[in-house]
This record gives sequence, C-alpha cells and structure tokens, in this order.
Amino acid sequence: MLFKLSLKNVRKSFKDYAIYFMTLILGVAIFYVFNSIDSQQAYLSISKDQRAILQLMIDMLSGVSIFISIILGFLIIYANRFLIKRRKKEFGIYMTLGMGKGKISRILLFETILIGILSLFVGLTVGVFLSQGMSVLVAQLFEVDMTSFTFNISNAAIIKTIIYFGIMYLLVMFFNTFNISKQKLIDLISAGKKNEKLKIKNPLFTTIVFLISIAMLGYAYYNVTRNIQILEAKTLYTCIGLGIVGTYLFFWSLSGFLLKVVSLRKKLYLKDLNMFVLRQINSKINTAVMSMSVICIMLFLTICISSAAFSLNNSLKKNIKELTPVDINIIQSYYETGERTSVLESLKQFKVDETILKNYIEITTYASENITMEYMFREIMAELLEKYPSIRLAGNESMILLSDYNKLAEYYGHETIALNDNQYLIVANYEQMIEYRNLALEKNTTIEIEEHILYPKYKEIKNGFVSMAANPTNIGLIVIPDYLEPYLKPKINFLAGNYSCEDKTICDAKIKELNEDIWNQVNSDSLNETESFNKEYYFTFNTKIEIYEAGTGLGAMVTFIGLYLGIIFLISSAAILALKELSESSDSKERYEVLRKIGTNEKMIHKALFRQIAVFFLLPLCLALVHSVFGIMVARNILETLGKQDLILPIIMTSIFIIVIYGGYFLITYFSSKRIISER
Amino acid sequence: MLTDGGNLMKILKVEQIEKYYGNKSNYTKAIDNISFEVEKGEFVGIMGASGSGKTTLLNCISTIDKVTSGHIYINDKDITKIKGNNLNKFRREQLGFIFQDFNLLDTLTAYENIALALTIQQKRSQEIEQLVKVVAKNLDILDVLHKYPYEMSGGQKQRVASARAIITSPSLILADEPTGALDSKSSRMLLESFENLNKSLNATILMVTHDAFTASYSKRILFIKDGKIFSELIRGDMNRKEFFDKIIDVVTLLGGDLSDVV
Repeated sequence: MLFKLSLKNVRKSFKDYAIYFMTLILGVAIFYVFNSIDSQQAYLSISKDQRAILQLMIDMLSGVSIFISIILGFLIIYANRFLIKRRKKEFGIYMTLGMGKGKISRILLFETILIGILSLFVGLTVGVFLSQGMSVLVAQLFEVDMTSFTFNISNAAIIKTIIYFGIMYLLVMFFNTFNISKQKLIDLISAGKKNEKLKIKNPLFTTIVFLISIAMLGYAYYNVTRNIQILEAKTLYTCIGLGIVGTYLFFWSLSGFLLKVVSLRKKLYLKDLNMFVLRQINSKINTAVMSMSVICIMLFLTICISSAAFSLNNSLKKNIKELTPVDINIIQSYYETGERTSVLESLKQFKVDETILKNYIEITTYASENITMEYMFREIMAELLEKYPSIRLAGNESMILLSDYNKLAEYYGHETIALNDNQYLIVANYEQMIEYRNLALEKNTTIEIEEHILYPKYKEIKNGFVSMAANPTNIGLIVIPDYLEPYLKPKINFLAGNYSCEDKTICDAKIKELNEDIWNQVNSDSLNETESFNKEYYFTFNTKIEIYEAGTGLGAMVTFIGLYLGIIFLISSAAILALKELSESSDSKERYEVLRKIGTNEKMIHKALFRQIAVFFLLPLCLALVHSVFGIMVARNILETLGKQDLILPIIMTSIFIIVIYGGYFLITYFSSKRIISER
Repeated sequence: MLTDGGNLMKILKVEQIEKYYGNKSNYTKAIDNISFEVEKGEFVGIMGASGSGKTTLLNCISTIDKVTSGHIYINDKDITKIKGNNLNKFRREQLGFIFQDFNLLDTLTAYENIALALTIQQKRSQEIEQLVKVVAKNLDILDVLHKYPYEMSGGQKQRVASARAIITSPSLILADEPTGALDSKSSRMLLESFENLNKSLNATILMVTHDAFTASYSKRILFIKDGKIFSELIRGDMNRKEFFDKIIDVVTLLGGDLSDVV
C-alpha cells in the first residue's frame, strides 16, 4: 500500500522532478564516464610510458571522484530538501488522515529508492554510451590510433558508481527521515499559505553596500593583477577572500540598487510588466543571495578550470610540435674541463650502432668565467630587483658560435642569422626570461671578451632553441662570431639527428637500450653518482617520441581533470539555480493568476517570466565572467612556465560547453515554470 | 432606470444564458435561462445563497467562464464570440474587477498595484502618474500609496483594489463579494466609496453578494435561486434602511439557506 503510494507519487510528480532527475542522471553518467577510462586503455595502442601516465591519470581521477561525490552528495540533499518543502501540504494531509511520521518516512524511503534505481539505470545507460565517445577523445588526446573500436562496458566503474551513489541516496534517506520527524502538523498544513515575509531594505543603505561591494571587487581585481609576475600567496588569498565577500554583498545589494535606479526612470519603470519583474526579483533575492553567490563562484571556477585545462592541452601540443623538429638530441655535458669533440665518437665506446641515424649534425656550446647572468643584467639589475624583489639571476651564460648555430638552424628548419664581428644576439623562448633580457638589450648591454667588445645586433630576443623539450624552456643562448672561440671553454657537445628506421619506435627502443647500457656501465664502474656525473661520458638522450608521450599525457590528464571538475561544478550550479527558480515560480503562481485576472495577456506574462528567470541565470554568469577575466589572467601567469597560452580557442570551447549545459537548464526551468504558472 | 438624453444606454445585456456542468446523461444546470440588462450608471446587486449560481453568472460575464448557450453583450459586443488574446484585451479594457480577497500583488506598493492596470494597457508614464493620483484621491487612499499590502488594513487594501479596477475607466465594474473579508466598519467605508464612484463618476457597478447589508447600498437587486432569477427589487426613493428591510423580506420569502446568512 505504502509502496503503491510512493510509486504513484513518483509518476505523478515526474514533471516536477524533471530537474532533479536530469541532475541525477547527468551526475551518474559523468561519474561513470570518468571512472571507466581505465577499461578503455586496453583498446588503445599506447606505449608503456603512456600507459604509466594514463594510470597516473586514472588514479588522480578516482581521487577527484571522491571530492566530486561530496559535491554531488550535497547537491542531491539540497535538491531533495527542496522537493520535500514543495510537498509539505501533501504530508500534512497524510498526517491529518492519521498516518504516522514513521509511515511518511517510509513513503519517502520507497520514493528515494525508486528514484535512485531509476536514475542509476538511466544514468548508467547514458554513461555507457557517452563513454564510447570518451574513448575516441582519449585516443585523440593521447594522439594514438584506436586499434579497434569495441563497445565496452566497465563493470568496475558500474559497481563504483552504484556504491558511491548508493551512499549518497542513503544519506538522503537519513536526511528525509530526520526532516520529517522534525515537522509539526500545523506547519505542514499551512505550509502553502505561509508567505515569506517581505523584508524591504533601506534604499540608501543598499546603495552604500552596493558601492562597497564594487570597491571590494575592484580592489581585489587590481591587487591580483597589479603585480601579476610576483603575486604572493598571501595577496592571492586576501583577494580571493575579498572577492567572495564582495560577490555576496554585490548580490545582496544589487536588486535594491537596480530597483532604485530604474524606478527613478518612470518611462522604463512604468512600461509593460517591468515594475512587476523588478519587484519579483527584489522579493526573491532576499532568499537567493547565498545561492547566487555560491553559483557565481562555482561558475567562475568552471570557467577558469575549463579554460585553463583546454588551453594547457592546446599549448602543450602546439609547443611540442614546434619544439621537436628532429627525432633525437644527444647531449654530452662537461662539468670540469671539456673539449670540442664528436658526440658520436664518444659514444662509440658503448658500441653504438651508427646506422640508427639517417643523418645528424654536431655542435658545441661554450661558457666563459666572466660572462655570467649578473654580467649580462648589470645595466638593469637594480631596476629588476626593485620591480621583482624575489628574482634570482645567477650562473654562467651559455654561448654558441655563429656557424654552429646556423648549422643547427638549417637542420631544424629555422631561420639562419648573420652577425658582424662586433655583434652578438640572444636566442631564447622562455617567456619570463625574454621579458627580462629584452630590458637588458634595450640598454644596449655590451659583452667584452678579451678586449673584443660586442654589441647587441637587435634590441630584442630572437625566438629559438637548441635542445628539444616539451615546453619552451630556453632561458637564453648568446650567439657570437666564430673568431672568439679560442677565448671560450667548451661546455656541451650536442648532436641532433633523425632516425633511419621506417618505424621510428624501433630506433627509439634501441636508443633506450643504449641509454640503459651506459647507466649500467657507469654504475658498474663502482663510482658513486656524483663522481659519475663528472665523467665525460655523461649523456642525455632527448627523443621526440619520449617528449611527445610525456607531453600529450600531461595535457590529457589536465584536460580530463579540468573537464570533470568543470562539468560537475556547472551541473551543480545550474541545478541549484533551476530548483530555486522552479520553487519560486510555484510560490508566485498566485501573483500570475492576479495578473491574468486583471486582463494581462499571456504573451506579456510569459515575457515577464522569461525575463525574470533570465536575470537570475544571467546575473551570476555575468559576474562570474568578470571574475574569470582576472582569474584567467592569474591562471595564465601561473601556466606561463609551460609556454605561451593561446586563450581564444579554449574560451570559445568553454563558452560552448557552458551554453549547452547552463542554457539547457535555463530552458527546462523556463518551460517548467511556464507550466507551473499556467496550472489552474 | 436612468436615461441619457432620452436614449437608453445599455452597458450589459444578458440574453437567455445557460450554463451546464457535467456530461449529457448527468448534468447540473448552474444557470438556467437568465436574462437581464444593466444601464450605464447603474449600481446593481446580485444576491443568492451559495450554490445559487451567482458566482457562475459573474464568471460568465467577466469572460473567465464560458456559457453553454445564450449571449452576453457588453457595449453591444457579444463577448461569447470573442476568443483568445482578444478576450484578455477586452477584459483589460472594458472590465474592472474587485475580488473578495483583494488580489493585490504583495510585492508591489499600493501605487504600483494601481498603476499596473494601466501599464499592461501600455499607457504613457505621465498619464499613469496623473490618473493614479486622481483615483487615489477619490477613494481616499493618498496616504497609503507608498505602502505594501501587508502594511495596510483590509479596508485600505479593498479600496486600493477598487482604485485598480476603476482607473482604466471600464464600462463595467464587477465586484465579487467585495466586503466578504472586511469588518463592518471597513465594509461601510468601502460601500460608501462605491456609492460615491457610482454617483460622481457615473460608474456602472455589478456586485455579487450574499449579505443583505452590502446589497442595500445598490440601486437594484436581482435575486437568484437555483440558477434562475427569482425576483427583482428596485430601491427607487427608499432610504437605505427601508431598502434593507425590503431585502430582508425577500430573503425571508426565498427561505431556506439564504436567511441564515443575513
């Protein structure tokens, strides 16, 4: 009997539960998708290293999943509380008919179980289909081919989803029982009639608060971007705190302020239902301040996290492509006394197979006791220290002969350069250092090597690098005329080459073997590690494949975690807002009825409703967007160490993804609200 | 009956209307062949017990409900033939409503509640400001204009609602149990302002009530029983006390359920 009642209730209120269902289904589906990635790796032709990165990513994702499930748990309890509130009257009727609280709790229990099973079933089905698309995305992010497309279902992920959501539903049941046991019959029966008391704020006070909130946000924005290069953690935390309080005060005072401003403009105020809409917003905002602030901050996080994730992945990939023009770099470094030798010759003692390389070039970089960072920055050191107190510039500079550089540039497909006998130039690609070095170059800083004075050819850095890497990390290499070689000490012998193998991975595997051989020999020489580092046969192998695998793996990892968090934050905030709006709509039902009675036409009413909901959805989004402009600036600065960030595409991607999910919730809310206010 | 330059100005003409509820085999006649007319400037009361069909009648006249058969003309326009959005337009331009439970919007001030009736007609803002002040003065609510409904007494709320109803200068004002939620002092004040509106602005009022005291303020009363017009009473030269006694007589004659609500 009770079960039947529950079943009927669920069926009857299916439309009211639309948002709740949608949220649960999306939550379950996304949880499954991100936890089922490990079942897909078997079908991808990925290397051992990539597999390790994928495993790390899976571990991280399951860590993040715990955090996600806490957020979803809170969201579900919140949504549930809303639905219970809507149904107080129904419970009141049960109780007047003599049904005990225990039985009511049991009805709710059955309902929760029903909804739980239903949402898990539908959500998992959706999730299984979505995860097929996910494996394509995994393959693409890792830049590998899928060996074969197989429709796979991860049992482990299904079980994990069921367990996590089972716990959440249990909490909901516990919460409902507690909630019902607290209720008094009189409150339940008169729940429908109880009107929220209207608190009208003093317009002058709200205006002052509004200005204060703007000032707080402005101060936070200013501080966070003023010294963006050396933003200290303490400043950042203060700004975040100010931002949160400012956001809250902004929403608290905004509607009062808006009402004041608009009501002074009679023409606008007394047009159509504008007056009504503004008053509606003003009356609702009292209860919505907290949720709007939370939503705004969640949206802010969504925007920042997703943009950063997309951008990082893009820039990583773009960088890698540009930064790995050949198959392999072999670096032989000296720490004590060095000489200019052939890397390949040195390697011969390890029985290297020369045929591995189709072609190669060899160059050397140099150093000089006198040419240090301090020396190169001598003109602007004081200025730099004043601007960036935490800056540390020390160590010998690296130099390269013009002929060597041009040889390499030609091999890499870069632009070659020309220098006069009294000129030098610097190549670099690490953003931060480029900035500092440009300052020094502008001062026309000279270099003196044994009475030869060199002047900078250009007033700015030339973009370039010697050693391949996943990110632009060249902090500066000074290119000098060849005749100065006798005055310098060789520091690094360098080889750049291309493999001869058809399948590059075969050559790459051979190189790895060689690398291991060298290490084994070094270790068997019974030298301790520090000593072995000083030996001349200290080699580093940088291969394109290795860099690619590490880089794409990192990019994929960041993208996945960013997407996961971003989607969940977005769903949570949209769902909270939607539920809030729906309940407000049914609270305002009578008001719309009055409008109808005095002859307002439906079109005007729908327009008013649309505007109202749009304002509630757009306000947090707009403020979040403003926050994000500054948030992304900070994030960008942090990410800059990983290379120049291209932000346009990521922002477009993020916008699309926000418009789809957030806009979807908005439309559902609007149509459901329209249905609610049309009920008679 | 009032005449206007010799011409009878019929604001409302109800012709043999019927309203059935239920299906063919099992139906209830809520209105059973009612016909009557209301002239411009009249103040007509409709009395009847609960279930007599008076609210159904009012709903049909106010276009909220549809008749099963018959015609209703307001200003010579057959409202049973109007459909959809034109119905809303008609309602907002030709009719003014006063409800038992005021139906004021709790989020708006008295001023805004009154102005709303004009903004939905897309009137100009200067015009709105002026009109609200004139009407508020007429109904003696100038000092509550900036207040919210929850800050007002029942009587004040009903006068604000009345102001909202008349501000559009409707052809016909429909009042459904306007004193139903008021104490006797507020009722008297409200009804006096109705009398005043009727006299000074020549407003046409159709008021539904089951209360003899309230009805005694009108000029003519139609008694309804079981969906039919049972009798008609015209005040003529009687003062209110005499008219009230007459009403009680009819109510007694009607017998049964209405007598106990006097």
